[in-house]
Amino acid sequence: MWDTYDMPDLFGINGKALELRSQRMGILASNIANAGTPGYKAKDIDFGAALKAASSGTDVSAAADRSTLYRTPVMPSLDGNTVELQNEQLAFSENAVGYATTLQFIRSRVDTVTRALKGD
Amino acid sequence: MAGNPPLSLFGLAQRGMSAQLVRMNAAASNLANAGTVSASEETAYKPIRAVFAEDLDRASGLASVQVRGVVREKAAAVRQHSPDHPLADENGDVWVAPVDENAEMVEMLEASRQYQNLVEALSTAKQLMLDTMRMK
Repeated sequence: MWDTYDMPDLFGINGKALELRSQRMGILASNIANAGTPGYKAKDIDFGAALKAASSGTDVSAAADRSTLYRTPVMPSLDGNTVELQNEQLAFSENAVGYATTLQFIRSRVDTVTRALKGD
Repeated sequence: MAGNPPLSLFGLAQRGMSAQLVRMNAAASNLANAGTVSASEETAYKPIRAVFAEDLDRASGLASVQVRGVVREKAAAVRQHSPDHPLADENGDVWVAPVDENAEMVEMLEASRQYQNLVEALSTAKQLMLDTMRMK
């Protein structure tokens, strides 16, 4: 998104990482919402693979789509639902911490540029 | 569905919470009708159950929940011999609603756990969105 404008690498990998984290949050929230739906198959983004694809030039949402995989349940349930709430909650909180960290990197980059512009 | 805007995290959580509420209402109705008697097997109360289905929003890739319907269970009413009951038939039997109170309690517990999970996930997501908004 940013590299189409004049500032190619202002945020480096973090801009794409933030977008991917946001997409992954949506998918994990879908899993949590469908914890009681018979036959629902839980999905997740392979974050490492998606980020690798996105940083080598693939569009972020295309990279996310291509790295979206079905989760293998630890214990399959009779109704065909593969959501295991503890795993989803763990993945969700891990993703939230990752999002906050990426956001912090972006924020400090903006602070650096602001300080350089102000010159004090 | 074509004219609808893409689903947001808030819409997703709202639909999920509504679905869990339908499920909880069904369990509460069953509990309220536990032990009710009627004059025949056909008119006896049958437990109701919400049926969920996945509702995938292709524009955003989010999968929300929809309640496909509320169905009646096929459980058979329990015959009870009670000749003094005003509703008793010629054999002196009444028909009691086949509600399993323990199963209904478990159903309510599960629905409320899943509702709480959604609220928790939504509040985390909302906090992250606010952090992104306030970034200067």
